[in-house]
Amino acid sequence: MMMNNLLGVYTIWYRDVLRFWQDKTRMLSAILFPLFFLFIFGSGLRGSIGMMGGGVDFIQFMYPGIIGMSVLMGSFMSGVSIVWDREFGFLKEVLVAPISRISVALGRTLGAATVATIQGVMILVLAPVVKVSLTVWMVLALLPLMFLLSASMGSLGILLASRIKSTEAFQAIMQMLMFPMMFLSGVFFPVNDLPAWMSFIVKINPASYGVATIRAVMMGNPPENPFTIYLFGHAMSIWENIIIMAVFGFIMSILAMWSFGRQE
Amino acid sequence: MSEYIIQVDNLVKKYGQLVAVDHISFNVSPGEIFGFLGPNGAGKTTTINILCTLARPTSGKAILNGFDVVHQQNQVRHSIGLVFQDSSLDDRLTALYNMRFHAMVYNVPASVREERIEQVLKMVDLWDRRKKVVRTFSGGMKRRLELARGLLHYPKVLFLDEPTLGLDPQTRNHIWEYVLQLQKREGTTVFLTTHYMDEAEKATRIAIIDHGKLVAIDTPANLKRMVGKDIVTLRTDDNARAADEIRSRYRTEVRPEGDQLTFTVANGEEFLPPFIKDFSIKIASISLRHPTLEDVFLKLTGREIRDHGIGDSFIAQFRPRGGRMPGPPH
Repeated sequence: MMMNNLLGVYTIWYRDVLRFWQDKTRMLSAILFPLFFLFIFGSGLRGSIGMMGGGVDFIQFMYPGIIGMSVLMGSFMSGVSIVWDREFGFLKEVLVAPISRISVALGRTLGAATVATIQGVMILVLAPVVKVSLTVWMVLALLPLMFLLSASMGSLGILLASRIKSTEAFQAIMQMLMFPMMFLSGVFFPVNDLPAWMSFIVKINPASYGVATIRAVMMGNPPENPFTIYLFGHAMSIWENIIIMAVFGFIMSILAMWSFGRQE
Repeated sequence: MSEYIIQVDNLVKKYGQLVAVDHISFNVSPGEIFGFLGPNGAGKTTTINILCTLARPTSGKAILNGFDVVHQQNQVRHSIGLVFQDSSLDDRLTALYNMRFHAMVYNVPASVREERIEQVLKMVDLWDRRKKVVRTFSGGMKRRLELARGLLHYPKVLFLDEPTLGLDPQTRNHIWEYVLQLQKREGTTVFLTTHYMDEAEKATRIAIIDHGKLVAIDTPANLKRMVGKDIVTLRTDDNARAADEIRSRYRTEVRPEGDQLTFTVANGEEFLPPFIKDFSIKIASISLRHPTLEDVFLKLTGREIRDHGIGDSFIAQFRPRGGRMPGPPH
């Protein structure tokens, strides 16, 4: 039974990765969309913003955020693809298969996280172009971080997809959630000096902690870092950010598996 | 284990106030082709969904291959294959990957996996197209692929929910060849819903369901016997006088139908020759028809089985009815 379910998780995961691998259009847009943001915004705003704190220019500041953004977008696809599967009927094949719903949800989460991490790596390859130097250790640290961030966001997507049955409603909600989460996570601007309401949203946005962690790994984490998130006056360290992400991801994946298992 | 492959006992499914399935009970023996007929919304799909573990019954019990559909879902799922009326393929992947996915989630041993995929794909004539993405397949090819996939794990019961809806006659015949072949060779039980009466005729037994209740269950022949006699339709030079003559001579009710008359007699084949010889009014045309399942359906539910879809009624018009006597066309 256990082996059976592990094989089920693997199969569901494999399909997600295979589909991504075979869909060259999706792969291309996964690279181009973040790049588009990086170069249009970056080049457009670099002149007027000038150097950021810590001696980096705006593109170099945005680059870790863009990696976070492409991971976020990739992981949200997990929910979208469940809704598509429902629309095109394939979900029925999955739901009637002799594997537990929990393994289906788990396979989907891991599949989405893998695809999202690959998307993040594809952006990471461009580091020399934006004059960011990467060490092997940085890459090794970034891989699990990207995976953690996308697994927790992916679970959120699966949770929503198991509750919201109509494609239109799901897309509307996805956009209402995804854009604020992306724009108010510190991808495009430092999160310290914001109006109170914005600062509040940034702090309750779980994606912020993922972006902050990725940025801290890539740009170092000096004590007076202008990119640090302050929670109740406390400067969050890398590990504290990781813990918040992990706790959020854990709760979301439990809820996602529970909710996915209950649907008829 | 019991002698039945499917046992349904007092099954009820309610959606709020609506009773979709209302205390249904029936048994299916191994190797049967069991037809499930009913108008749209009669509760067919709900019953099938309960049997395939996609829906939970409100009350009652259903046992499939010895396993309870509520408490032993995984064992039930291993025992069944499904072909839905809507495609449930991954149309972004190739035919081969769809099959592999299925083989893996159904735990078909890796040692026989590729061999079996080849076998079922060849059976439905799709082996040559195995590396093509499913999106490029026609409706008939998709349905054949689904059938092949449904058979991959050697299910004990194959559910076919409108398996040939919207397909051309040639493809329909092909699909039926495969199904019958399989039923003979492997003894697979087939659980079928269909709108096509000639398909329903292939069933060993038919259950007719209406408003969530089972209204009849028997062999096609017995069901047709229930409607009774053969139907004679004729056109004469003087229908009014002809009607009088039939009434007085054969003591049967005659109904005008357009410019024709119809009446029923037992044993039509033996009735017609003397009737034609002895009849005093000139007969322009005459035809004899045995009762069809359509007549059974109409009698039991008060409705035509096909009450929807332009495409369907188009096909219905051009579908010859069974048992027509050779004679001048009307």
